Amino acid sequence: MCLAIPVRVTELLPDQMAKVSLDGVSKTVSVALLDELSVGDYVILHVGFALSKIDPDEAERTLRMIRDIAGSAS
Amino acid sequence: MKYVDEFRDGRLARGVAETLHRLARPDRTYRLMEFCGGHTHAISRYGLEDLLPSNMRMIHGPGCPVCVLPVGRIDMAIELARRPKVTLCTYADLMRVPASGGASLMKAKADGADIRMVYSTLDAIRIAEAEPDREVIFFAIGFETTTPPTALAIKLAIKNRLTNFSVFCNHVLTPAAMRAILGNRAEGVEIDGFVGPSHVSAVIGLQPYRFVAAQFGKPVVVAGFEPLDVLQAVVMLVRQLNEGRGEIENQYGRAVAAEGNLLAQAEMREIFELRESFEWRGLGEVADSALRLRDAYAAFDAERRFALAAHRAKDNPACECGAILRGAKRPHDCRLFGTVCTPETPMGSCMVSSEGACAAQWTYRRFDERAA
Ligand code: SF4
Repeated sequence: MCLAIPVRVTELLPDQMAKVSLDGVSKTVSVALLDELSVGDYVILHVGFALSKIDPDEAERTLRMIRDIAGSAS
Repeated sequence: MKYVDEFRDGRLARGVAETLHRLARPDRTYRLMEFCGGHTHAISRYGLEDLLPSNMRMIHGPGCPVCVLPVGRIDMAIELARRPKVTLCTYADLMRVPASGGASLMKAKADGADIRMVYSTLDAIRIAEAEPDREVIFFAIGFETTTPPTALAIKLAIKNRLTNFSVFCNHVLTPAAMRAILGNRAEGVEIDGFVGPSHVSAVIGLQPYRFVAAQFGKPVVVAGFEPLDVLQAVVMLVRQLNEGRGEIENQYGRAVAAEGNLLAQAEMREIFELRESFEWRGLGEVADSALRLRDAYAAFDAERRFALAAHRAKDNPACECGAILRGAKRPHDCRLFGTVCTPETPMGSCMVSSEGACAAQWTYRRFDERAA
């Protein structure tokens, strides 16, 4: 029950709620645990709450590191 | 799917695995515990164990809240649900966990108790608002990921002046469980390092794991839940072990900040305090390992509000969940695995939750004796 998923924020709503989209499926979730959120941000969604924001630069950095590790095999 | 598919690239996974084979020293073994059930799930689902060198082994940890909740707490929830005018709201995973005497929330519901599955604490709040004549109790369970949502529900209940909402609190703490596992040497489970929790860490950050390095000299690498995340974390652990280091590292920087989610931590602190001790399935009583509501919120604490007595119960004696949760045994070691115990007819909690070690093994690798 800890499987949380990355979703994209499509609309900010009143009362610290937001609409998010997951592969085209739309859901209304709470963003009360995050400050400074913008439409287009990706967040980790768990039991109806956004838990953290995904940092695109860090994601790129991680992928680069994984490619490096994979590349250094050959 | 963005931030998912990139981390599932099979070609890259094979490349990382080759590097692992090159890094693995033939003169030693690497016993790595993945703490989270989410990692257990990913490891089984993507067959990651098959990619590892033979002297590297993943040990499944106790990081599934459904699996570690002892039978007595489910019994207590059923007892609450059977009281007049009570509506018990619960996350779906809990419905089929076996309680004492072959009971379960599912069976109690079939017998007429008002038990409803909710996706979010906000759903429970909505039910309490819509049905003021009912006592709506949220069966709160989970590690530090689900705790802030429970805290926010209580604050919302206060704001909306709800007097018919309360929480049966079973929130438990990840670092305390790690400490219990590392302290329990009698079991013979030697662990060289941990693949650390993903989303728990998004909430609590890296600092709470410092003792694993400082006191036990073991590395922790906090890792994401996708297969490449897990493999990279294993590489990072192996590098640390080869270099004789035991440090806390973060593979999952895209979602985990070193300090965690400060807002979520503040919400948790405001509403909850430590329990002196809490029983875990498999680990027994663990000091300072769980939360309860602070006195100021006693009115929202179902245990106090309904004078619920603590209930202790024995596990099904044939079920090896306890040993599996401590990392001492694997699902195939259980006589019931795949015979009487399957996801359709679970005998123990590890077969119920999809993140349980037995369910993951059954779903993806039931024929694989080597992995057992
Ligand atoms: S196979 Fe079933 S009975 Fe055996 S340890 Fe796993 S959950 Fe328990």
